[in-house]
Amino acid sequence: MSEIRSSVEKRRLRGVVVITLLSSLSFLYFGFISPGKNKTTFGFVLNNEWVLIKEWIIASATGVKIFSGISLVASVLAILAYRKRRQIVFPVGVATFGILMSFITWAASGKFIPLTGLLQGALLLAVPLIFGSMSGLICERSGVINIAIEGQLLASAFVSGVVASLTHKTIWGLIAAPIAGAAISFLLATFAIKFSVDQVILGFVLNVLVIGLTDFLYKKLLVPYQSTWNTAPTFGKIELPVLSKIPVLGPIFFSQSIVVYIMFAIVASITFALFKTKWGLRTRAIGEHPTAADTVGIDVNKLRFKNVIIAGLIAGVGGAYYTVGSVGAFGKEMTAGAGFIALAALIFGKWSPIGAVFAALLFGFADNLQSTLTIIGVSIPSEFMLMVPYIATIIAVTGLVGRVRAPAADGVPYLRGGAH
Amino acid sequence: MMRNSLSKFGQAIKLPGLSFGLAFTLTGFIIAFSDSKVLSKIGSPLEFIKSAGATAGNAYLALFQGSIFDINLTKSHNFFQGFYPLSETIVIATPLILTGLSVALAFKSGLFNIGAQGQFIFGAIGASYVGFHFHLPLVIHVIAAALAGMALASIWGGAVGLLKAKTGAHEVILTIMMNYIAGYFILWTLKTSQFLRPGRIDPIAPEVNQSARLPLLAGANLRIHAGIFIALAAALFVWWLLTKTTIGYKFRAVGANGQAAKTAGISVPFVLTATMAICGALAGLGGAVQVLGSEHALNADIAGSFGFDAITVALLGRAQPLGTVFAALLFGALHAGGRTMQSNTGVPLDIVLVTQALIVLFIAAPTFVRFIFRLKKLNSSAGLTSKGWNG
Repeated sequence: MSEIRSSVEKRRLRGVVVITLLSSLSFLYFGFISPGKNKTTFGFVLNNEWVLIKEWIIASATGVKIFSGISLVASVLAILAYRKRRQIVFPVGVATFGILMSFITWAASGKFIPLTGLLQGALLLAVPLIFGSMSGLICERSGVINIAIEGQLLASAFVSGVVASLTHKTIWGLIAAPIAGAAISFLLATFAIKFSVDQVILGFVLNVLVIGLTDFLYKKLLVPYQSTWNTAPTFGKIELPVLSKIPVLGPIFFSQSIVVYIMFAIVASITFALFKTKWGLRTRAIGEHPTAADTVGIDVNKLRFKNVIIAGLIAGVGGAYYTVGSVGAFGKEMTAGAGFIALAALIFGKWSPIGAVFAALLFGFADNLQSTLTIIGVSIPSEFMLMVPYIATIIAVTGLVGRVRAPAADGVPYLRGGAH
Repeated sequence: MMRNSLSKFGQAIKLPGLSFGLAFTLTGFIIAFSDSKVLSKIGSPLEFIKSAGATAGNAYLALFQGSIFDINLTKSHNFFQGFYPLSETIVIATPLILTGLSVALAFKSGLFNIGAQGQFIFGAIGASYVGFHFHLPLVIHVIAAALAGMALASIWGGAVGLLKAKTGAHEVILTIMMNYIAGYFILWTLKTSQFLRPGRIDPIAPEVNQSARLPLLAGANLRIHAGIFIALAAALFVWWLLTKTTIGYKFRAVGANGQAAKTAGISVPFVLTATMAICGALAGLGGAVQVLGSEHALNADIAGSFGFDAITVALLGRAQPLGTVFAALLFGALHAGGRTMQSNTGVPLDIVLVTQALIVLFIAAPTFVRFIFRLKKLNSSAGLTSKGWNG
């Protein structure tokens, strides 16, 4: 126990040291050594929301000093909190924000940064990641490792695109997608629970299977007969009255397609259900200590099976986002590894719904920042910007987020009589 | 005695055989049922079955023609040229053996190395740079280029082991992320003035010098090169390392039970780092062989899917060196044959991915295959396992 505590302490200390170093570096480098010479313009208005501030123009050097100053102060607060053995998450978060803003202000010197657009794009890029990580969350909290998120997303994107094309109705695409996700889940559950196949290997193989099948059918059907098979219509944006007019927040949260609203609902229900309902308690029990759960009369494998299927349904809606939720037509391997990033978000977020959502948003933000900065023409090679989400994940899993612990029975098949 | 060993052999071959049969049958169904000509005959059952059988049969015939022997080539050229497909199979299998060994060795130490792709990329970058930038004597140049690639890849792979040992981060996440980073890194590398081929603006490096190329084995008409011997030697090396050396014993001990190995005085951090460094070197050698043997110039797509296929290869080879060699040859054949199948019968190449996945799935799930064929339960051949997030 003391060993665990000291290792937690070590990680907290490492976090504080790293954030302080980064803050100082950002203050010195962006503020003094290589300050931006021009002004940076932040844009706040995207559509037709009520205008409070339209633009904010500030000399880059000054802006960087302000933001880095905030992060320095936050770092000091983090040090104090660490010494008093208090939570350091909040000051570290603020410091990270300050560093990020300094970087943006510096990088966009002399340019226009559409801040609201940047955030809205970040949320949109995070949507499949959030669905995927929720799928992983439900599986892994029940004790089944889900590496097949990528396969679930890709299969359901394919099926929803095809079904919507054949029926000319978006709604059928949205209904078919979760079924496809659940079908992949059914394979995962059957082989993992009934036949005790190693779950990491199984998930990997299922991904290959789905990639192969969708690539094959794409070339065989969707390309040659595009007009029948691959012309899915898309959902329009639903602008919520009044709410969508709120500056900054409105266009980000309240002017989206139905899939995004479903996502809000799913995240909220999972957070509630996992921690406040009988189902949630049982799910966590079979993920942490299946033998104990079995002793009190929970059918471990049945509940695991059920939860893996639910997870597939959720990932399926995320898959629909790729086709009927955004661009319509299905593209070869269009999920492009989002399932793996979703998995990273889940681990980054320490297997908690809120944590995973924030991690996914962070990945979405890094991704969108990259494309925004590339579009406005920043001198950093775009390849390095593209690496950022992955480097961030490595930093996160190697210790900045503190001790990361998976559910204790995650990946361990449950055999009655304790045969594992 | 004889009979006993025969039946033992039969037992050993039964499950893999059934798994292959099942996988190819299912793939055949997919090929047949996605064909519009077959589907148009759905009205008359007999015609339908005939047509479905013909479609799948033709596809598999083309698969064979494209991977082993093509009689048409013997007519247009000479008998020897008929083996062009086999040469292609081996050319594709060569890097696959090396990346497959990388994944297999990691499995032996209880690590799931998804990072062969990134390690392959760094091996290719290193080999390419030494290959075109320097002028060295014949044999020395090849060795120097291969070693440069292996060294880079070894650092890239070893970093995973070190990070896992020091921070407890899971290698699956680390290697997935590092694959992406390596993928973007090679794109950037190819844009730098060092790597840009003079007179070109597309991302392709200069060709490696003649002295840095692996010799062709069967004349200029066949692409088969000496890399296959390197790959086989590497397989022999991995076998020797695992079974004949102390360090290999430590690898296997940590793989079997990390806690027990630690108690027995084995330095787990050392084993993790050393394993991943060697795995990196193996996959990097794959990248080097691909550049020096068949591609000759670094390009953005040099790694193809060698690193990912390596995982299925190692799983199919049950993480044994010899098994990995055979699995790589099989997948090389599927890929080479898949190309011919695509051009001759219009069945997309990607179907071989499905076959691969199904084979590995069934091999990894012996209980499932027994369940399908109603076989008796046996205690032998435990499935391959990796470790969960907390492992």
